[in-house]
Amino acid sequence: MTSFRRSLRSFGVQLLAVAVGLALSGLVLATIGVSPYEGLSSLLRGAFGSEFALTQTALKTIPLALTGLAVAVCLRMRLWNIGAEGQFHAGAIGATWAALTFSTASAPVLLPLMVGAAMVAGAAWALIAAIPRALWGVNEIITTLLLNYVAILAVVYLVTGPWRSAESFNFPVTDVFGPGAFLPRLGESLLHVGVFFPLVAAGILLLVLQRSKWGFEVRMIGASPEAARVAGMSTARNIVVIMLVGGALAGVAGMVEVSMSFGRLRQGISPGYGYMAILIAALAGASLLGTLGVAFLFAGFVVGGFGLQTLGVPQSFVLLLQGLILFCALAGSTLTGARLTPWIPGRFRGRHRLEALEKEEPSIP
Amino acid sequence: MLFAALGEVVAERAGVINLGIEGMMLIGAVTGFLAMNRTGSLLAGVAAALAAGAAIAAVHAFFSVTLRANQIISGLGITIAGAGLAALLGRSVVGVPARASFEDEKLPLLGSIPGIGEILFDQHVLVYLGFVLAPVVWWILRHTRLGLHLRAAGENPAAADAMGVSVTLYRYGAVLFGGALAGLAGASFSLAESPGWSEGMTAGRGWIALALVIFATWSPLRVLLGAYFFGALDVLAFRAQIIGVDVPSTVLGMIPYIATLVVLVVVTLLGTRKRLGAPDALGVPYVRDG
Repeated sequence: MTSFRRSLRSFGVQLLAVAVGLALSGLVLATIGVSPYEGLSSLLRGAFGSEFALTQTALKTIPLALTGLAVAVCLRMRLWNIGAEGQFHAGAIGATWAALTFSTASAPVLLPLMVGAAMVAGAAWALIAAIPRALWGVNEIITTLLLNYVAILAVVYLVTGPWRSAESFNFPVTDVFGPGAFLPRLGESLLHVGVFFPLVAAGILLLVLQRSKWGFEVRMIGASPEAARVAGMSTARNIVVIMLVGGALAGVAGMVEVSMSFGRLRQGISPGYGYMAILIAALAGASLLGTLGVAFLFAGFVVGGFGLQTLGVPQSFVLLLQGLILFCALAGSTLTGARLTPWIPGRFRGRHRLEALEKEEPSIP
Repeated sequence: MLFAALGEVVAERAGVINLGIEGMMLIGAVTGFLAMNRTGSLLAGVAAALAAGAAIAAVHAFFSVTLRANQIISGLGITIAGAGLAALLGRSVVGVPARASFEDEKLPLLGSIPGIGEILFDQHVLVYLGFVLAPVVWWILRHTRLGLHLRAAGENPAAADAMGVSVTLYRYGAVLFGGALAGLAGASFSLAESPGWSEGMTAGRGWIALALVIFATWSPLRVLLGAYFFGALDVLAFRAQIIGVDVPSTVLGMIPYIATLVVLVVVTLLGTRKRLGAPDALGVPYVRDG
């Protein structure tokens, strides 16, 4: 089977998984006495049914797509970046630092500073896990996960301590950012230039991964660490670089959120974007463009979920829906042999394909 | 948290990593509370939590053992879907007062030891159960045929298979056991620590349990110590605020995570995976070569 036909088939399986996942969650709705048709149609209308809905969905796509890319690029090298959530918070801290320090700066100066600070902070956060992984093989799943909690607590510390606003009546929030800290809006709409960030990021990454020598090394290491090592490529250096890239991406997501969704730093800036990001990247098979698409779909579910509350269904129902879709995709990929992880090359075909995803260096049989 | 970590030790010893603990705990918390409030019996609540945790774990076992799907993705799916399902199940009992809950009970004699007596032996029944369960699990893993087979399934499934041990069976059993204990851990929140149900009430404890397993380097006895250490830090953070010590509670709250991180790095540095105690085939699906 050619690779094109294979990816077409895996796309078909994915689509089927979404459909089956929706159907299953409709069944769940039926069992709790809500009409599945009404529930699902209200979900989809709330997500994609009007200009307002589409705008909201597009805005929610930004953090999901950026963190999704942060997970996806690391997956390319078989690294599990469970830490997008922490890198997102670190990025938010970095951007807030820039916004509070240079509060009077004008937008053309301040915005690049904020984005830069967010990227540095997110990358630095990823570096804490990347260095032990690269040098000593310390399991990055655990370290990135642990760092999430530290980053979230750091945000709480800052907004309840040093950065608490004097005018906040003791609410744990920072000062509202100055006028230069907001991304320009597109015309009259609620949309802002942040919607291009994931597109630009995916475009650059795609180009670099496909065309550059570094991109070749990443693909090679992802495909076969043994062969890459024999060819003289430094696995350690590439692990650090790819995790820095991932951290920076998630950091930008944090910047966009503090700037445009809140206008200040406060607690609870993320309803678990970094964790949804893992599902998104996995569902997209670590494909960069696929990640954008799945992020848009999931963002729609999150936005549409608000509307479900009027039917007496809690918003967290969409979590169940996302989980169900994931399991359908997982089952679909296993049963049909279409790979959820299409970038793993031939050596790992067949029943071993998902095994290859495990980050252990495969031993030579 | 202790239960969840103990369950995870067993599952991981059999070679299956389970990132779904958080979801299983939430399901356990909500079903335990629902069953208790319907019947008025705490025992029914505990039984329901055990069963629900195991049922959700069966999904994880099916995907990771039978379908050999990626265990990380499957576990995360369980966590996310579990949180959603728990919210759905519990939507009618948010804020409903509990009809019954486990009260703290001072043990005779032991409870009156000054100092540690109050800390260790003035707890609710489930805590005592945990104290007992940890050594029991350790003993079973270490000294019984059952434990040997289970560890074989996690260390070297091919050898276990050759010996006539059903890797599938043991892995299923271990994951179900782990799920049941995660459910119980959830119930200890909704029936004892803070009786009632609210969405996301386990607040990331499932993830800490996962960290705890590594912190304890896969030993049930050290899990007991680790859980105590983590719990003590929790209490310390709370006390420090009352006394007015100038250490922000958030900074204290970071300590368990940073400590686990440091332990993980140090232990990895010190030795091979073998000395670290991680099962060799952890996270690797077993495929019998034909």
